[in-house]
Amino acid sequence: MLLRHTTADVMERSALTINPAKTCQPIGALYAALGVHNCLPHSHGSQGCCAYHRSTLTRHYKEPVMAGSSSFTEGSAVFGGQANLLQAITNMFAMYNPDIIAVHTTCLSETIGDDLVQIISKAREEGKVPPGKHVIHANTPSYIGSHVTGFSNMVKGIVTYLAENSGRKRNQVNIIPGWVEPSDMREVRRLSRAMGVNCNIFPDTSDVMDAPQTGRHEFYPRGGAPIEEIRHSGDSRSTLALGPTASEAAALKLEEKCEVRSEVLELPIGLVATDRFINALRHRSGIRVPGFITDERGRLVDMIADMHQYFYRKRVALFGDPDQLVSLTEFLVTLDMRPVYIVTGTPGKRFETRIREALGDSVPEAQIRQGPQADMFLLHQMIKKEGVDLLIGNTYGKYIARDEDIPFVRFGFPILDRVGHSYFPTVAYMGAMRLAEKILSAVMDRQDRNAPEESFELTM
Amino acid sequence: MKPNPHTVKDELLSALPKKSARKRAEQIVVNERRPDGSVPEIKANVRTTPGAITQRGCTYAGCKGVVIGPTRDILSITHGPIGCGFYSWLTRRNQTRPEGPEDANYIPYCLSTDMQDEQIVFGGEKKLRAAIEEAYELFHPKAIAIFSTCPVGLIGDDVHAVARDMKEKLGINVFGFSCEGYKGVSQSAGHHIANNQLFKHVVGTNETPRPEKFKINLLGEYNIGGDAFVIEDLFERCGITLVSTFSGNSTYDAFANSHMADLNAVMCHRSINYVAEMMEKKFGIPWIKVNFVGAEGTAKSLRHIAQYFNDAELSERVEKVISDEMTDVLKTQFAVRARCEGKTAMLFVGGSRAHHYQTLFAEMGMKTVAAGYEFGHRDDYEGRRVLPTVKVDADSRNIEELHVTPDDTRYLPRRGPDELVQLEAAGLDVAGYQGMMPEMEEGALVIDDLYHFEMERLLDIYKPDIFCAGVKEKYAVQKAGIPCKQLHSYDYGGPYAGFRGAINFYNEIDRMVNTRIWQYVQAPWETEEELEVEEIAS
Repeated sequence: MLLRHTTADVMERSALTINPAKTCQPIGALYAALGVHNCLPHSHGSQGCCAYHRSTLTRHYKEPVMAGSSSFTEGSAVFGGQANLLQAITNMFAMYNPDIIAVHTTCLSETIGDDLVQIISKAREEGKVPPGKHVIHANTPSYIGSHVTGFSNMVKGIVTYLAENSGRKRNQVNIIPGWVEPSDMREVRRLSRAMGVNCNIFPDTSDVMDAPQTGRHEFYPRGGAPIEEIRHSGDSRSTLALGPTASEAAALKLEEKCEVRSEVLELPIGLVATDRFINALRHRSGIRVPGFITDERGRLVDMIADMHQYFYRKRVALFGDPDQLVSLTEFLVTLDMRPVYIVTGTPGKRFETRIREALGDSVPEAQIRQGPQADMFLLHQMIKKEGVDLLIGNTYGKYIARDEDIPFVRFGFPILDRVGHSYFPTVAYMGAMRLAEKILSAVMDRQDRNAPEESFELTM
Repeated sequence: MKPNPHTVKDELLSALPKKSARKRAEQIVVNERRPDGSVPEIKANVRTTPGAITQRGCTYAGCKGVVIGPTRDILSITHGPIGCGFYSWLTRRNQTRPEGPEDANYIPYCLSTDMQDEQIVFGGEKKLRAAIEEAYELFHPKAIAIFSTCPVGLIGDDVHAVARDMKEKLGINVFGFSCEGYKGVSQSAGHHIANNQLFKHVVGTNETPRPEKFKINLLGEYNIGGDAFVIEDLFERCGITLVSTFSGNSTYDAFANSHMADLNAVMCHRSINYVAEMMEKKFGIPWIKVNFVGAEGTAKSLRHIAQYFNDAELSERVEKVISDEMTDVLKTQFAVRARCEGKTAMLFVGGSRAHHYQTLFAEMGMKTVAAGYEFGHRDDYEGRRVLPTVKVDADSRNIEELHVTPDDTRYLPRRGPDELVQLEAAGLDVAGYQGMMPEMEEGALVIDDLYHFEMERLLDIYKPDIFCAGVKEKYAVQKAGIPCKQLHSYDYGGPYAGFRGAINFYNEIDRMVNTRIWQYVQAPWETEEELEVEEIAS
């Protein structure tokens, strides 16, 4: 057994986290910054942070992930990191010529108390920022929240620094897509356009974290939201923020700074959440939903109806990030599956309420765990106590799945051992079909594997 | 045309601001071998200029991730915010094989105090104590190791005091590491810190005698991709007893008992030479540098071990194993040479691998045109002969240097001074390492702590057939149409050590440099000048 020391008996813990269902803020900030065109993310801390974040994102995407580090030494830890950041800004503009550097802090620079606003303005005063170029920042202390908080903080930082209200409204809608895959961002754009919404999507990692092979490494790939467009987000008619945990803060900042009204939706993962998303778009453009979108929806409903017997009443354990879990729970309920264990390490006030809403009265036995000690060790213990038919979560779930011999669907961050997530969306109707297909394959492969020879089915 | 390395060097320096370029110039060297065997001086183990985009990680990574992590029955707890523990969770591919289903294996577990702002403000010792107690309750380990992350040092948590208290309270070994990420200039500082604490708290604490005849420790072998399994098998067939491996497929008890060995064989000089030196001083165990990467290196290393023990039967068994293995090795070498001979490689990785793997490429007839370490020191480049002249700067001075003296009762020189002289005379370089540069070609570029900017220029100018680095570089290199072999994780393949590993590596590189996929990078229509519209018969 891989996790041979995990027992079914749960011991109350107050201090120790084991096999976390979250990681730290800066990695989310780095990912968000990659969704800005010609942006070089920068980690203000020790080298290890940047190395770890780049490695994890690279393993997840199989793509280059470029970012700088302030390379703190003991001296910087004592005297502060100002000198390091100033030098880094000079070096990065000289060597890598970005249009914008997006700095995020770390537990180290936060504990020291480096004042990023002051350091950046000093860099400007000293002429270290070439004309027309930008340096922005987000505070992302690793000892608060999780990687999702870091993503949210950087998106908010992008708005804080770049969005402007010029006084002239533009007939466009901001869409903050949340922490989703490049494939998802591309799908959100496709559907928004099809719905007649002139959308301004940021951050947008499509064509950045799924760049084609051309024989040339583009240090700044073609994608990413252009700075100009982010600036104009302050002139948009409204903002649609997808996923409250990841996107609401930036939407509220836009309201406060530029008076752009916002609406926050759950991530459009699954049938019902996508219906709400399409409806929200419909109310913005006032157009009828094009037939092909209704057809995509119809195909999804058809697929679920045809294969319903394989979903019905299956017990599912899931772990991951709040926005994903809420919509996924709702989708599983739509499929008449039973999400019985739902675990996230990311703290936040409304998670349990949102999950309860998604569950309705359908799975009264569901156990929801969040925050300190809501980790994969606990999830595994719950599974050991009473088993499940399916596990859904990031790659780390494979250890539980193997030990307990449970079908496993990879979903969330990070996925280190399979490809596909960056290319094929899980949002919207097509994404829901992909999720449903993955669930079916896992469950039906298991049925095939376990079936006695006489009841091994040709047609299923 | 062959690029002129001096011109290339100038070009690499061109983008940096003047002051940084001047400093950087000392880390980029065109190799030459002087008649006395010396090579040009290179600056290494110095700070990375901020913003450079370096391959390097941090001290915590070197300590927890590299040296201590691979040991399956030491329960590691990261004291800090959640990230450091998360990122070092199972990501280094240190394989381990517990003897039985009941034996401890904590490697698939990530334990952290998940420090919150409350601890940053009021201190984290209380939470750490509670976490250790909870960990003990759940796992009942023999030993617990505590790793400090950046904020721990700043807020002044005394992990060593906590460790002492807990050791007393729980009756097991508990020890801490002050391996905050900002210490030193790279992972290297973490190796040193890990070596120190292992030596202080573990080595020599188990006095079970070892009756075997040819007892060694293997130092600096981390069993990535199963390398250590291959070497263990070779030792067993040769009749060499492996007391402990620091640290791959390793256990706490074996570390504790390691002073019973009669020889330390050092693989990764950079990460573990401290333990070798300290064991020599305290217990009188000599060390030699070995290299089980490459068939030739493996054969040589086995022969050196046999030579040290000076036993005819042992030598005979070693020769038998070598000749048994070499048949297949040569067969594969011959086959791949037909497709790989003359191709070029670059290696920028680690603190030993950039050296060791050159020998594998050489065995395939491939040439290394540029190489460098991520966190090596001057002695890893130029050989230990330069050690007396290495300047110790502020960053290295901050890392504790243990003062080790011969043990009152257990110091027992395994070889007398005369025997050592004889061994040296017979060609065994005791406590020596010649470094990477003396083995590299004249005119090859040697670059310490390669920056991303420089990597892109190198790829452009040299267009090597393969580039070896880590995961952060891999896909940037491949986007440029050049295959990149990861030499930290082996691209999830391996083993590459020993004879069997060499065969794996030859086949793997053959696959990579000869894959057909690069032919398809351009779409057929991208090369067409003009579009001719064809009439389609109706």
